[in-house]
Amino acid sequence: MMPGMTSSTTCGFELISAEYTGADRLAAWKARWGINRMAYRIKPGLYALGGPSASSPVFASANYKLSFDALRTNLKGISAWLLVLDTKGINVWCAAGKGTFGTLELARSIRESGLEKLVNHRSVTLPQLGAPGVSAHRVKAYTGFSITYGPVRAEDIPEFIASGCKASPEMRKVRFGFAERIVLAPVQLTQFGRYLVPASVILLLFGLKADSLLTAGALLAGTVLVPALLPWLPGRSFAVKSAAAGLATTTVLSAFLPMPIYQFCARGLIYSAAASFIGLDFTGASTYTSLSGVKKEMRAALPAQALALLAGLLLLLFGRFL
Amino acid sequence: MSLKYLSGVTTLKLNPDKCTGCGMCVNVCPHAVFIIKTRKAAITDPDLCMECGACALNCSFEAITVKKGVGCAQAVRNGFLRGTEPDCGCGGDSSCC
Repeated sequence: MMPGMTSSTTCGFELISAEYTGADRLAAWKARWGINRMAYRIKPGLYALGGPSASSPVFASANYKLSFDALRTNLKGISAWLLVLDTKGINVWCAAGKGTFGTLELARSIRESGLEKLVNHRSVTLPQLGAPGVSAHRVKAYTGFSITYGPVRAEDIPEFIASGCKASPEMRKVRFGFAERIVLAPVQLTQFGRYLVPASVILLLFGLKADSLLTAGALLAGTVLVPALLPWLPGRSFAVKSAAAGLATTTVLSAFLPMPIYQFCARGLIYSAAASFIGLDFTGASTYTSLSGVKKEMRAALPAQALALLAGLLLLLFGRFL
Repeated sequence: MSLKYLSGVTTLKLNPDKCTGCGMCVNVCPHAVFIIKTRKAAITDPDLCMECGACALNCSFEAITVKKGVGCAQAVRNGFLRGTEPDCGCGGDSSCC
């Protein structure tokens, strides 16, 4: 049984609690580190929170535990129906981008849950970030239910309800502050650490202490420094920002690694290129990059990274003959 | 500190002739790209657009077009390698987004 789940009923919906427990917190931490992440699926369908009546509001969510927990735990003291769509265990925004949190799934879900017999109104509140997948006027045409877009963050729901189900401009804006960025670092770290931690160990075993350390440095620059320092790194391009983080890290670490100047230049090129490649992937975790922009910077960045890597390796191998 | 991505790249287009000023685009945009000015929608700063497609999909008057996509380097790479549209591969057991 999922934490927070209290009991099952025979009326086609399950009861759920608004409590956020230690087990929920642990599950969230594990999900961020990618530990058995796909185990965080919620059973799609209708849930009853508190003691909802026919006039209680309906909130839709994704069947990803972190999304569902954000919704139910922010509805403390509120009785509501929670409609969980089958998004294959993906959060609302990403699922909306792929279309699984979408018009057809929402229409199907409204119909199959028997919602129209349980409530006397015809309104479903969606998280605003579901909008890239849902066409509100089509859902209305298919089901008769009208869609209200709620706030971006579930924590604003009580205020949203208090102000007559109107989301203020502040509630509608996606933020990407330090806390929102750094929580994503473990995902990036585990993704690239899978290759670069073994690479760093192998370099160490071959006696290449400097390169072992600098490989780890590039990994940390691209996965941790980029999220942490994003607004302060130079330029708008993620490749440029990440190369800068890589160069800074290589320079600082090189202070502890005595080496000829040509080797420092060579390693500066290699590890800035590596950090640039790694950090460019943070575009996917960011909340403001566009596909057109990513394509544009990749067209320039990938050849530049490859050239820098090649130039660095050649310099490292043949630099002493210069 | 506000974060802004590359300038002059967005595919977002607004046709004021079809716009009725209903304000749905203002409601769904996560980056406040739209405002209502003299009873019609207007674009404040196109460089704020992340091409999520919410506005176009929720405009019942088809006044907005945008080439929807995810701004994800991994997705572009996957699409290039597989010869498909950009796809982040989320939904399998991947750990992205």
